[in-house]
Order: sequence, then C-alpha cells, then structure tokens
Amino acid sequence: MTLNSPQGKQNTPLLDVQDLEVAFFTKDGVVAAVNGISYRLGHGDILGIVGESGSGKSVSSLALLRLIPEPPARILGGRALFADGTGAPRDLLKMAPEELRGVRGRQIAVIFQDPMTSLNPVMTIGNQIAEAIRVNLGQGGRAARKRAIEVLSHVGIPRAAERLDDYPHQFSGGMRQRVMIAMAISCEPKLLIADEPTTALDVTIQAQIVDLVKRLQAEMGMAVIWITHDLGVIARLAHRVNVMYAGSIVEMAPIREIFRAPSHPYTLGLLNSVPRPDLPRDAELAYIEGAPPDMVRLPSGCAFHPRCAYRRERCLSEKPPLLPIDAEHSAACWYWEEVRAASARATPPQGPAT
Amino acid sequence: MTTAQIDRPILLSVRNLKKYFPVRRGLLQRVVGYVKAVDDISFDIYEGEALGLVGESGCGKTTTGRAILQLQPATAGTVLLEGQELTRLRGEALRRIRPKMQIIFQNPYSSLNPRMTIGRALIEPMTVHGVARGKAAEERASELMSLVGLNPYFVNRFPSEFSGGQRQRIGIARALSLNPQFIVCDEPISSLDVSIQSQIVNLLKRLQRDLKLTYLFISHDLSMVRFVCDRTAVMYLGKIVELGESDAVNRRPLHPYTQALLAAAPVADPDLEATRTRIVLEGDVPSPLNPPAGCHFSTRCPRVMDVCRRVEPPFKEVEPGHQVACHLY
Repeated sequence: MTLNSPQGKQNTPLLDVQDLEVAFFTKDGVVAAVNGISYRLGHGDILGIVGESGSGKSVSSLALLRLIPEPPARILGGRALFADGTGAPRDLLKMAPEELRGVRGRQIAVIFQDPMTSLNPVMTIGNQIAEAIRVNLGQGGRAARKRAIEVLSHVGIPRAAERLDDYPHQFSGGMRQRVMIAMAISCEPKLLIADEPTTALDVTIQAQIVDLVKRLQAEMGMAVIWITHDLGVIARLAHRVNVMYAGSIVEMAPIREIFRAPSHPYTLGLLNSVPRPDLPRDAELAYIEGAPPDMVRLPSGCAFHPRCAYRRERCLSEKPPLLPIDAEHSAACWYWEEVRAASARATPPQGPAT
Repeated sequence: MTTAQIDRPILLSVRNLKKYFPVRRGLLQRVVGYVKAVDDISFDIYEGEALGLVGESGCGKTTTGRAILQLQPATAGTVLLEGQELTRLRGEALRRIRPKMQIIFQNPYSSLNPRMTIGRALIEPMTVHGVARGKAAEERASELMSLVGLNPYFVNRFPSEFSGGQRQRIGIARALSLNPQFIVCDEPISSLDVSIQSQIVNLLKRLQRDLKLTYLFISHDLSMVRFVCDRTAVMYLGKIVELGESDAVNRRPLHPYTQALLAAAPVADPDLEATRTRIVLEGDVPSPLNPPAGCHFSTRCPRVMDVCRRVEPPFKEVEPGHQVACHLY
C-alpha cells in the first residue's frame, strides 16, 4: 500500500520544510532554537540530522508535529509541506489540532530517546500498542490485538504473543525501544522521526536497532528522519545528512559526500575529533576550540565564527546562507572552498583490520 | 611491545577482586541472591600507564574502579597500591592513603557542589588532607586552574557559570589537587558534546605525560580507549574476558565479545560501513543476578561450543602480553 505509483511521487517531496523558525521565550531571554531552516525529504529517504545538544536538531523535527511545549516555545514562521499522496501537499504548521491528530501516528510516527519514559509503566505492552492501533486505524478488540502481535514479531520480539501481557519494566532497554518501534510502525506511517533512539543504549544493542530500522525502512518504504549526535550511526544508516549548529543547517549533503569532502569547518572539526583506528597514540586529537554558543546571545554573523579556524572579517558581520557546492551538496560557509581543499588533503579514514 | 610495560614497576595490583551486592526480598529482607557485579578479576597497572577498562553498561567496570579506590568495600580479593594492601585499611589509615588515588567522575554537573565556588572546591581537599592551607592553598588553586586550561580569574565563580567541558576541567583540577599518583577516570567524556570530548582527552593525556600519572580509564568507547590507553581490558558481566596492548586488542581481537563490540561500534565512514563484516549479537546481556553457567558470554556467542555452557574458560595468556578467557584458544 505504500508503494503505489512511486514514479509519480518522486517530483513532489514527501516533506518540504521552508524557513522554519522556532524560539523559546524564557525568563532569561529569547532562545533562538531554530533559525530559518529549509530542507526537502523524498519518499523513502533516510535523512540524518546531526548536531550537538542545543543545535536545534530535535526541536526543528518535533516542531513539525507541534510536539514542543508551546509556550515557552513558539513557531515564528515557515512552512512544512507534507505530501501524503492523497492530494495537494498540506502545511503541517497551519493544520488545526484535529487535522494534525490525523497525521500524527498515522502518517508521521515518532520514537524517542528514552523508551521507559515514553511507555506507560502501568499498562501492558499489548494494550499500549492496541490503543495506538485503535486510535489511529479505528480497529479494536481482537483485530488490534492480532495486529499488535504481528508488529511485535516484526520488530524481533521473541514469543510476541506471550509477551503481550507483560509490562514495560519486564523488558530490557533494547526491547523497550523495539516496542516503541512496533507501535510507531503499526499504522504504516509515511515518515518515521527517530529522535536519538539509540543514545541511551549500549553499542551492541544500538547496532541491532539500527539494523532493524534499516530493514523496516526497506520493507515498508517509509521515509526516516534520524536525529543523532553520532556521525558513525549516520554512516551506517542515512542516505543524506543535515548538519546543524546553533539552530541552523550548516551543511547538507549525500552521505558519502559529507565524509569524503566535508565543506563546513564545523563538520570537518566533528569528523576529525573522533580518533581513527590508525591515529598514533602520541598524536594530539584534533578538536574544536571553545564551546557551543549561548542560544540567547548568538554570535554576530556566522554563529560558528568564535570557534572557527577559517574565520575572516566577513564572518563576524554576515551570516552565510547555504551556498551550493553541487546539485546536492551545500555548506553555509563563505570559505567552503578552502575547507573542502583542506578536507581533501586529510588522509582517508581506515577501519580496524578485523 | 610488551617489554616496555614489563620494564616498569607495578603500581597497582588487583587479585581475585569480587564485589557482590546482596539482593533482599520479602518482609524479613532475607538475602535471596547476589548481583555479582565484579566476579573474580585480576590485573596489574604499571607505573605511568593508562589501562583502559571497556564494557557495556552493567558489566562492572565502574564498580571495579570504586572497589579499587575503596569507595565501596570489596567482597573478596586484594588491591595492592605500591605493595600496600588497601582492602583491609580502615579509618585513619585509609584516609592517609586517599590522596594518592583520586577519581574523575562521568558527570561534572552532579559531582560539584553548586553552592561552592571553584576556588573552595579546589581548596577543600587540600585543607582536609593538610596538603596546603591559607595563601599557599589559594596559590595552588590558581595554579591548578591554569594547568587544566581555566582562567584563574574565575576562581570565585560557581559551577553553574561554567559549560560542561569547563566543569569537567574543574573536576580534573580537583582530582589533581592532592598530587595523586593514580587516577580512576570513570567515563570522563561520555556526558560531553562530541566537539568538547577531544579537548578533554587531549588534556588528560597531556597531564598524564607531564605529571607522570597512572590511569584506569573506564569507558564504553573502544576507539577512544585505544587512543588514550597503553593496554585495554574488556569486561563482560563481571569478568575480564580479554586484556592486551590496545593496538593488539583493536586490530586482532581474540574474544568473540571483543570482536562483536568492535563490529558494533559505528565508524564514521559510509564505505567502510557498507563493506566491513558485521557481527550483530543476538539478545541482551543476561542478568548478573543469574549469569549463565560456564562462560558468561555463551548465551550470545556466535562461536559457542558445548564446553562453553559447562566450563568457565580460564583467563590465560595466548600471545605475549595478550590474555583471553575463551575456550577457542
């Protein structure tokens, strides 16, 4: 059902975000969380959004479904056109609460970092999934229970039928995240937003979850927005990447490009600050100067300039827009050509010889 | 490669260390079992060395660090610091040895008193242990701040006025205030943003070199441990399953768990990610309350044999300086 007339859909993106701007009005001042970001997401695409804490990566994604606390947050502007394939694209940001409720869960599902706080501790897993199915698909009773067993086995929970009446605390962290994913895919959404779903998990469990989402994505053809601070997870999963810093997208590229030819100083710094397996132990690890900015008082011009090794006069006064490098790659840096040249000189990373 | 280590004297020697936590149930709070957080581990740390302790959450790596420092009494086993047995020390004797061994905590937000200025936080341990007081302690505090890359001008500020990376620098300065020989670094970078982690790692390495410190570096990040540590020990469910030179453990991992851990750690390179062999472990880590018989890893091991489910593999040296607990070797 998700794959009818795929050719026809290629032209209109599934999601078209334009100039999205979100701020938090706090007693300490206005936190400029998201400062006019634009990107497109195709049907069945996996987009990685990478950034550090406070970069706006979660807020910009959750704002699409109005899943941010308003107040103190407020969407100041922008559009988020969502094309579910049934008619003209609709602006998520202009939808009435009732209409948006029809999109949440059914068309766009979300999984969060901590599955324990997203699940109801006093409700069985089976009832929670069945509730999602009843609310979103209008199926109740037996049908919902049957569908719950189906999706639980689909996400790799052994003996799903027996575990339906277990409570969240009877599942491990990795299994709880599988339950969340089961709930999210139970209505076959067009888009899955994964907000750091593996950050709280151990690496061996993280690998399982990443593989699971990859498999489900291939089978169901849904698009995925995967939010993370970990470039390694992105390398394993995503087709394309948006790198965010201080509420703006600073670089946007297909997955191989971002690792082969990073063209924003921040992206380059992030990539270099992870020790590669061949880095000699007596070497100094590359690092980015200073700390992320105070979002209430963003630096003038390019918000990265106080930490940037490439900064010039111009960076202090003029904020660079995303400048096109080629059809699919752009970077918000006045001097991206220099950065790109520097990144090309760096030795290509080598993996462990296992 | 190992000879370089063996030439150095041993600073810390851990033998058959166990830390069991009793589990109590029912009205009478009877002990119904034990969580074997650390279950019979032995290793040495050489002077001036950084030994990495790697493993997933719940494997016992933090408990190991705390049991060594006598922050939690060990259930059994011995810990020798420069030949002195620590596990039997109590009261004043233990207090006298504490300045020699310090800890840097994971979370610099919760390990600093929010109502204490940085200056006081640094001076307090010095006065408690009689290392320095008054003017001398103040001078030492500003010296320590410069040492870890903080402006001594900020000595009267409170922790809330600093960023995460700066707070971790304060935590490091505090650990250094008593001139320790040995420091347990318990996940010192994992709560920090990626762009800050490398700053702190560089600082820890520089301090180790300049002050001739010995580290037990606890982390779940194998690539970072390889970069920081001379040798790496891998823990699983309370046991050390592999120990060797960091490069050897990373390039030629012997234990199937180490191999899986390395394979699971994502590498920031899409081509490599697409081509390299993947070992995805099935299932979860079993409960340390009721670990599997034989080898603890047998329930998830892709190369499990019959013997693994019955007999616990001995921890033995299979290459010079490279030990592993696995029946395959």
